[in-house]
Amino acid sequence: MLELTKENFEEEVLKAEGYVLVDFWSDGCEPCKALMPHIHGFEEVYGDKIKFCSLNTMKARRLAISQKVMGLPVIAIYKDGEKIDERVKEDATVEGVEEMIKKYI
Amino acid sequence: MSDIYDVVIIGAGPAGLAAGLYAARAKLKTLIIEKEKAGGQIVVTEEVANYPGSIENASGPSLIARMVEQADEFGAERILDTIVDMELDEKIKVLKGKKNEYKAKTVILATGAKPRPIGCPGEKELTGKGVSYCATCDGAFFTDLEVYVVGGGDAAVEEAMYLTKFARKVTIIHRRDELRAAKSIQEKAFKNEKLDFMWNTVVTELKGDGILESMTVKDTVTGEEREIVADEEDGTFGVFVFIGLIPETKIFEGKVNMEKGYIPTDQDMKTNVPGVFAAGDCRVKSLRQVVTATADGAIAATQAEKYINEVFDV
Repeated sequence: MLELTKENFEEEVLKAEGYVLVDFWSDGCEPCKALMPHIHGFEEVYGDKIKFCSLNTMKARRLAISQKVMGLPVIAIYKDGEKIDERVKEDATVEGVEEMIKKYI
Repeated sequence: MSDIYDVVIIGAGPAGLAAGLYAARAKLKTLIIEKEKAGGQIVVTEEVANYPGSIENASGPSLIARMVEQADEFGAERILDTIVDMELDEKIKVLKGKKNEYKAKTVILATGAKPRPIGCPGEKELTGKGVSYCATCDGAFFTDLEVYVVGGGDAAVEEAMYLTKFARKVTIIHRRDELRAAKSIQEKAFKNEKLDFMWNTVVTELKGDGILESMTVKDTVTGEEREIVADEEDGTFGVFVFIGLIPETKIFEGKVNMEKGYIPTDQDMKTNVPGVFAAGDCRVKSLRQVVTATADGAIAATQAEKYINEVFDV
């Protein structure tokens, strides 16, 4: 999974062509850490069709807010640089995320 | 009989983990089933200051990690699955999960509770967009912003104080004219210079386009409504909601007796169904804390053992 930063977010997500999945997480977010291994699992299955990335929002708070992310976990899907779908908080379950991914492959 | 568990526990919060470690330590074949992750509500708590013996490194996650380790060490099995249906009335109980089916001599219901929402327009849409139920998860997003905390109990006041570490200012919105939180917590709160109070007030609407921008609050005495709008430069603010719990007991409806969604038990944690016990926040009780949850779990597990010895000829 590609680790995003303030510096490469624009290049890797907003200027990227095709589908990009971003796992927004932070050190203090236990639900995020519980979800992450499953997202890694999805990368193995769907990684050839969607680019999988993660952003530690602790180090990029303003960037996260600019993406209208103010609560975790959030798993978002971008297409050609536009956020087209996301699963937030309670909806960001293993099943909910897989369902969303399947809509776009 | 080898695939039949002595004890299956639904839920891996403090109640479920304590039940698991007591049952496994009693050499019962024990399985703990958890929906998403171990821990329950306590993993979103930064400081657990009142659990006896937990002074150093007493965060919710660290306490849970130690409980998990302990349950594992005694030989409790743990699995991630979501239970969707169950047959509890027979001698051997069957739990149907999304992944598997589980058979058990006894079942301990320890599914806990989740935060109660305000129930006002805009709340669902703006959750994670300024509205939150978890200060440790989302607090940092509100660094130097304004934050409102809804509620007046222990959780509301403690989380409000935690949020003052990040926010420019934190205002507690409470529907009464005094807090319900413990006196020791109140004392600390009133000394906190970043903490302000809005008494006799409820939130009636949350608004914003993709991000929380304003809210309507109502004075519970005069009935007057007014709008609170985000500071122009900030563009947004936070609303953290701590107004109690709703039990996670929907799947038990029609299976065991319930009172307003909670499961009544006797002092041995027995429900109305033989061999079925309840422990922790999902149970009818007066104090919902880690210390009472773990106690419930221990009692349920020892009673499960007793039940097995009586009903099954061991």
